[in-house]
Amino acid sequence: MNFGSHGGSCGHSCCLRIQNLSVAIGSDTILKDIDLHMHCGELVALIGPNGAGKSTLLKAILGQQEYDGIISFSVPGQRARKAKIGYVPQSPAFDPGDPVTVADLFACCMSKRPAFLGVSKTMRQKVLVCLERVHGEDLIDKRVGTLSGGELQRVLLALALEPIPNILILDEPLSGVDVEGIETLMDMLDEIRHSYDLSILMTTHDFGILPRYADQVALIDRGLITQGTPVEVLGSEAFRTVFNRKGGIL
Amino acid sequence: MELWYAICNLLPIEMLQWDFMKNAFLAVLLMAPLFGLTSTMIVTGKMSFFSDALGHSAFTGIAIGCICGIAAPTWAAVLFSVLFSLLFSYVRSRSNQAADTLIGVFSSTAVALGIFIATLGGGSFTKYNKYLIGDILSVTPTEIGLLGLVLVFVTVFWICYSNRLTLTSIHPQLASSRGISAGLTQTVFTVAIAVIVTLAISWIGLLILNSLLVLPGASSRNVSKNLRQYSLFSVLFALLAGVAGLSVSYYLGTSAGAAISLVLALIFAVSFSTRKHR
Repeated sequence: MNFGSHGGSCGHSCCLRIQNLSVAIGSDTILKDIDLHMHCGELVALIGPNGAGKSTLLKAILGQQEYDGIISFSVPGQRARKAKIGYVPQSPAFDPGDPVTVADLFACCMSKRPAFLGVSKTMRQKVLVCLERVHGEDLIDKRVGTLSGGELQRVLLALALEPIPNILILDEPLSGVDVEGIETLMDMLDEIRHSYDLSILMTTHDFGILPRYADQVALIDRGLITQGTPVEVLGSEAFRTVFNRKGGIL
Repeated sequence: MELWYAICNLLPIEMLQWDFMKNAFLAVLLMAPLFGLTSTMIVTGKMSFFSDALGHSAFTGIAIGCICGIAAPTWAAVLFSVLFSLLFSYVRSRSNQAADTLIGVFSSTAVALGIFIATLGGGSFTKYNKYLIGDILSVTPTEIGLLGLVLVFVTVFWICYSNRLTLTSIHPQLASSRGISAGLTQTVFTVAIAVIVTLAISWIGLLILNSLLVLPGASSRNVSKNLRQYSLFSVLFALLAGVAGLSVSYYLGTSAGAAISLVLALIFAVSFSTRKHR
């Protein structure tokens, strides 16, 4: 599969290239022969029914899943250097009873100083800088279990943006987020990708947002089914077949 | 110890006239932060049933130690508990059964094996009673030294690994996305609980030991807003309950472990009723 109009030669404009990727767990083939090129600054959406292998593909890109094939990154000005990837995992809510604030969560992830001794002033400043990127400075003292779906995604996004990555990968960032929150979050992702010049790869079941926000869409069901612009993919016969057959969303 | 005895003699408290009370008092002061700290992680990691099972396995270890004629069965128990916890972690990572089901399997097997070994050849069970109830007044200066050593070890471990442990407990997906492998840290923590539980079993007793591992953290959760308060209140509650429970048991002539547990339960009740509705 090849996104955009750059043909097979990717050069600097391509920051993620996946060739012939297959994943098998035991005797079960999860993904077969995936080819995907993602250009810098693009927002690419992976869609597919449950169990199609979307999360597995993301894990392979992150290096958390063994695979056959080639996954390569190139970043303009940083040739041959591995791209920095920010990852927002598919996220169940936190336990509402956990006495852990957003500042504590950041300290646990970013600081060597044990968070149970308290968050230092320097660390607090750092957390505020991170939260500013997602307009969430007011969340710093909230307990993580009391965050709404949208707030939780913003906090996890802020964590993934430190340090600023070249590629941002989000697994189902819109699940558990209400309608208004979805728009806010997508606007924010759009703003972030332009201001930090990064590429975004995300999985989603929210097809309504795709024409407005995504540059490219790839439909996956254990292998690549079809790919192209949102309008092309959502209007395709393959899209209808996959989701009707599986009793999916449409 | 001499210094501690001198300090105790200076205090105008009647119960601290006795050497065994001085020992017990110091042991409680060392044990409280140990239980307070680990309690926060046990509660956050939803491991309270697991720590209970470890207590049962420690009993089995002691029975094995006694039957093998080992002079200090505590060491056999520590070894058995560590093996038990490692085996449990292994099975849990490879089974699709719920954790509480597996704990039930392990816990009941351990107790059955313990009783089986203890009564082998028509042996009397009476000599094991002290492990069920526990007696903190029997603590020796050597054991206090050992307790201090464990406290130092756990504190160092906590300073180095508590961030990772917290993250794997509250959000495993986030932890693994940041390259933190749950396996090793969790295993070391599990072994640490196994050691603490086994050492404490002859002083606190198998039947009530788990209250010390669960109640400080559980009470602290009722009143804490962040991680710092969580650990702080947990340790303070454990200290308060330890000192108050020991004093109550001295003046009323009851088991110290039971008194400490009851004070902890009282603290839980108070913290529960004063918590902010949310």
